[in-house]
Amino acid sequence: MSSSAVSIDPKTASLWARHYPGHDFIGTRTFGFWLYMLTDAMVYAALFASLVVLSHASNMIGGPTPKNFINPIYAYGETIALFASVLTYGLAMVNLKKGSRSGVTGWILLSAILGVVYLGLSITDNTHLFQQGITPQTNGFLSAFFAIVIYHALHIVVGVAWMLVMLIQIATEGFSQNVVYRLINLRLFWHFQAVIWVFVFVFVYLQGLLV
Amino acid sequence: MFVHLQGPWSPLLGRLSAEQLPFLHIPIIEYTFAVVVLLGLVVVGAVTYLGKWGYLWRGWLTTVDHKRIGVMYILIGLVMLLRGFADAFMIRLQQAMAVGPHSPGYMGAIHGYLTPFHIGQIFAAHGLIMVVFAATPLLVGLMNIIVPLQIGARDMAYPYLNAMGLWLTAGGAALVMASLFIGNFAHGGWYGFVPYFELSYSPGVGVDYWMWAFQLSAIGTSLGSINLIATIVKMRAPGMTWMRLPIFTWASLSTNLIALTSFPVLMVSLALLGLDRYLGTHFYTAGMGGNLMLYNDLFWIWGHPEVYFLILPAFGIMSEIIPTFSEKTLFGYATMVIASFAIGGVSWGVWLHHFFTMAAAPSVNSFYSVTTMLVGIPTGVKVFNWIFTMYRGRVRFELPMMWALLALFLLLVGGMTGMMNAFASNDYMWHNGIFVVAHFHMMVLLIAASIFGAVEYWFPKVFGFRLEQKWGKLFFWFMVLGTGFVFVPMFILGLAGMTRRLDYIPYAAWAPYMQIEMIGIALYVMALAFFLAHLYVSLRDRSKNLAEADAWGTGRSLEWMTHSPVPSYNFAITPHINTRDEWAWRKENGLTELHAGEYEPIHMPKNTGVPLVIGAFFFALAFGLTWRIWWLSLISVVLIVLMIILRSFQKDTDMTIPPEEVERTEKRAIDTLYPSSRADVPVYPGGTVGTATAYQRLSASEDVGVSSTGTLPHASVDR
Repeated sequence: MSSSAVSIDPKTASLWARHYPGHDFIGTRTFGFWLYMLTDAMVYAALFASLVVLSHASNMIGGPTPKNFINPIYAYGETIALFASVLTYGLAMVNLKKGSRSGVTGWILLSAILGVVYLGLSITDNTHLFQQGITPQTNGFLSAFFAIVIYHALHIVVGVAWMLVMLIQIATEGFSQNVVYRLINLRLFWHFQAVIWVFVFVFVYLQGLLV
Repeated sequence: MFVHLQGPWSPLLGRLSAEQLPFLHIPIIEYTFAVVVLLGLVVVGAVTYLGKWGYLWRGWLTTVDHKRIGVMYILIGLVMLLRGFADAFMIRLQQAMAVGPHSPGYMGAIHGYLTPFHIGQIFAAHGLIMVVFAATPLLVGLMNIIVPLQIGARDMAYPYLNAMGLWLTAGGAALVMASLFIGNFAHGGWYGFVPYFELSYSPGVGVDYWMWAFQLSAIGTSLGSINLIATIVKMRAPGMTWMRLPIFTWASLSTNLIALTSFPVLMVSLALLGLDRYLGTHFYTAGMGGNLMLYNDLFWIWGHPEVYFLILPAFGIMSEIIPTFSEKTLFGYATMVIASFAIGGVSWGVWLHHFFTMAAAPSVNSFYSVTTMLVGIPTGVKVFNWIFTMYRGRVRFELPMMWALLALFLLLVGGMTGMMNAFASNDYMWHNGIFVVAHFHMMVLLIAASIFGAVEYWFPKVFGFRLEQKWGKLFFWFMVLGTGFVFVPMFILGLAGMTRRLDYIPYAAWAPYMQIEMIGIALYVMALAFFLAHLYVSLRDRSKNLAEADAWGTGRSLEWMTHSPVPSYNFAITPHINTRDEWAWRKENGLTELHAGEYEPIHMPKNTGVPLVIGAFFFALAFGLTWRIWWLSLISVVLIVLMIILRSFQKDTDMTIPPEEVERTEKRAIDTLYPSSRADVPVYPGGTVGTATAYQRLSASEDVGVSSTGTLPHASVDR
C-alpha cells in the first residue's frame, strides 16, 4: 500500500488526466538553459581554479609578472561596453513585454554593436600583448591567463552571432513561441557572461595588478 | 601558432599516410580488420537485401523517440562492451603467457605475444571503452527509455537534443573504433599519465584519439544530463509529486546532477591538454611553468563523481527490480532518496583518494580518507533497505532478480575492499596495484550485473516479448563463475604486490594465478556465447513469450501501465497519479484499464536527420583534429554551426497524432496479444490477466468480467 499521508479512495480517485495540456514550453526551455549555464559555470570554475594553481612564481618562468604587463584600462573599457550591452538587452526585453517589434530590434542591434565594441577592445588588448612576446606559449601562468580571457571572448562572439540570428528571426517570424524562448535564453546567457566578466576582471586583471 | 610536429605532415592529409595503417602490416590487426570488414559487409548486404534502408532511416536514424534512442544507446554500449571485452581477453592472454623470465615470445614480442607499446594501447582502450563507451551509454540508454515512462511523460523535455547526445556518443565510439585501424591509440592508461601524454613524450596520434573521443562522449553525456534533469523536473504527469517518483527516476535525477556538474570539468582538463598538444601552451608540461598535479586534480574531480554517476542508476535499477520480485513496496523510500543524493554529494569530496601517494600532506590524505569512508553510510542504508524489502516478501528468483542479487553481493565485496582502499596508509602499500583494479572491477561488474538485470527486466516493455530463461540462466551462472575466477586471484595478487598494466610478469610464482584468471576469461567467453544463444532463442520463440502490459505480473510503477511494446506516444491518455506505487495500487483496487473513454489527439515531435548529420560532422571534426587535417576540422566546425542555426529556422518540427490513429494503435497492441477472443484466458479477480499473481480484492462486490476490448471493465471508466 502507499505510504502517503492521505489515503486515496479508489472509488473516487481520478485515474486519467484527460486533455492534459502537457508542460509549459517556454518554462521548460528556460529551465534547460539554466542547466546549460550550470555546466558553463563549472567550466569557468575549473579554468579559474587552474589560473589560481598556475599563479605561483614558478609558473611565471620566462615571462613577465602580471604586474608588469596588465593594463586594466582596456579591461575597464571592456567592462563598460559589456555592461552597457547588458543594459540595452534588458531594455530590449522591456520592449518584448510591450510587444514592440521595432523596440526589441533596435535595442538588440545596439547590444550587438556594444558586444562588437567589447570584442574590438579585447582583440586590441591581446594583440598588443602578443606583439610584446607575451603569449599563451610563454609559460603556465600566461596559458591560464589567456585561456580564461579568450574563452570568455568566444562566448561574446557566440552571443553576438546569436543576436544577429534573433534579429533575422524576429523579422521573419515575429514573436512566436520559439523566438520568445530564444530571446529569454539569450538574456540569461548575456547576463551570465557579464557576471563571469566581473570575475574575470577581479581575479584576472585586478588581482594580477597585485601579484 | 600550431606546435611543431615530429614526422611528416601534408596540408591535404595532415599526418595521415600509408605507414599509419597498421592493418597493412600487423597480423593481429590484419585479422581483426578482415573480420570487421566482413561483418560490415554482411550488415550492409543484409539491410540492402531486405530492403530496409528506408525503414532504418525513418524509423531509427532520424528518430527522436526516447525509447528508440535509448535502444540505440544500449546497442552502442553492447558493441563497445564486446570490444572492451576483447581487449580484456588480450590482456589476460598476454599476462598468462608472459610470466617469468623464461617465458617465450611470439610475433615480435620478447615475452608473450604483445609488445609493450601494443599492450599499453590495449589497457588504455579497455579502460576508456568500458567506462565511457560501454557503461555510460548502457545506463544513459536505460534512463532514456525508462524515465519518461516512469513519470508519465510522452517524451523527453528536448527530443532533438536527446538525439544530439546519442550521435555525439556514437561519434566518439566511432573514433575509438577508427583508432584500431588508422594510426594507434593512447598507450598511457585510460586516464592519461601526466606529463607522459604531452607531445614531447607521446608524439603520435594515439593521445589525440583518446582525447577527442573522450571529449565527444563528455559533450554528449552533458547534453543528455541536461535533458534528463529537465525531463524529471518539468515533464511529470499530474499527481506525480516528488515523493511519488519511482526510485529509478530519483536515482537518474541524482546521477544526472552529478554528470551535469562534473563532465564540464573533464572537458576543461582535456581541452587544456589539447591546447598543450596543439598550440604548445604549458598547462601540464614538465617545466616552463606547467603544473603536473593540475591535470590529476581536474581529471579526478570529474573522475570520481563519474564512477558514482555510473553506480547510482545501477542502485536505481536494483531498487526497481527487488520490490517487483518481492511483491512488496520498497522499504525505506525516503531514506533511499536521501541516500542517492548523499552519495552524489560525497562524490564531490573524495577525488584525492585516486592519488594518495602523490605528495599530499597527511592532514589532506586523512580528510579524503574520511570522506571516502563516509560513502559507506548511504550505501549501507541502501543495502539494508533492499534486504528489508525482500524480508517476508514473496521473492521469485527470475532472471532480473538473480542479476539484482548478484549486484547486491558484488556491492558487498567491492564496497568492503573499497573501504580497505580508503585508508591512505593501505593505499601506500598497493597504490596502482591489482588490488585496486580488482576492487573497481567488482564495482563496475555490479553495474554490469544491474544493467543485464535491467535489460532482462525491461526488455518485454520495449520489445513486447520476454527473453527466455534457460540460456539466460546459463549466461548468468557463467558470468558469476567468470567473475570469481578472474577477480579473486587479482585480490590475492594485489596484496602480494603485483602492479597494474604489466606487459610482463616478473615472478614465475604468480603463474598459477594467471592460469586461474585465464580460466575465468574462458568462462566469460562461454558466458558470451550463452548470451548470444539467449538472444537468438528469445528472438526465435518471441511469439510464445509475448508480454502483457504488466510483463512480470507484479510491476509496481507507471511503465507497466502501458502496452508492451510501448506505443510511440507512451500513454494513450496521460495518467493521473494517486499514490507512490501507482500501478500496484490500481491492481489492488481492480483499476486495471490502460486508458479511459475517448481518445484524444496527441502532440508529438517530428523525426529529424539534423542530429545525425551534426554527429557525423563532429566525428569529422575530431578525426581531422586527431590527424591535424586542418581544412577538414574547419569545414566541420562551420557546418556544425550552420546546421544548428538552420535548424533553429525550422518551424515544422512537431506533428499531431489524430485520435483515430491512437485508437488503431491501441487496438493493434491488444490484438497482437490476444488474437482470438479472450474467453480462454484465465482472469483473476482484481489482478492482471494471464500468468500474473492474483491479488486480493478489497471489495468483493465488484463485478469482474471480460470485455471485448481486452481490458477489465470497471465500475466507472471515464475518470
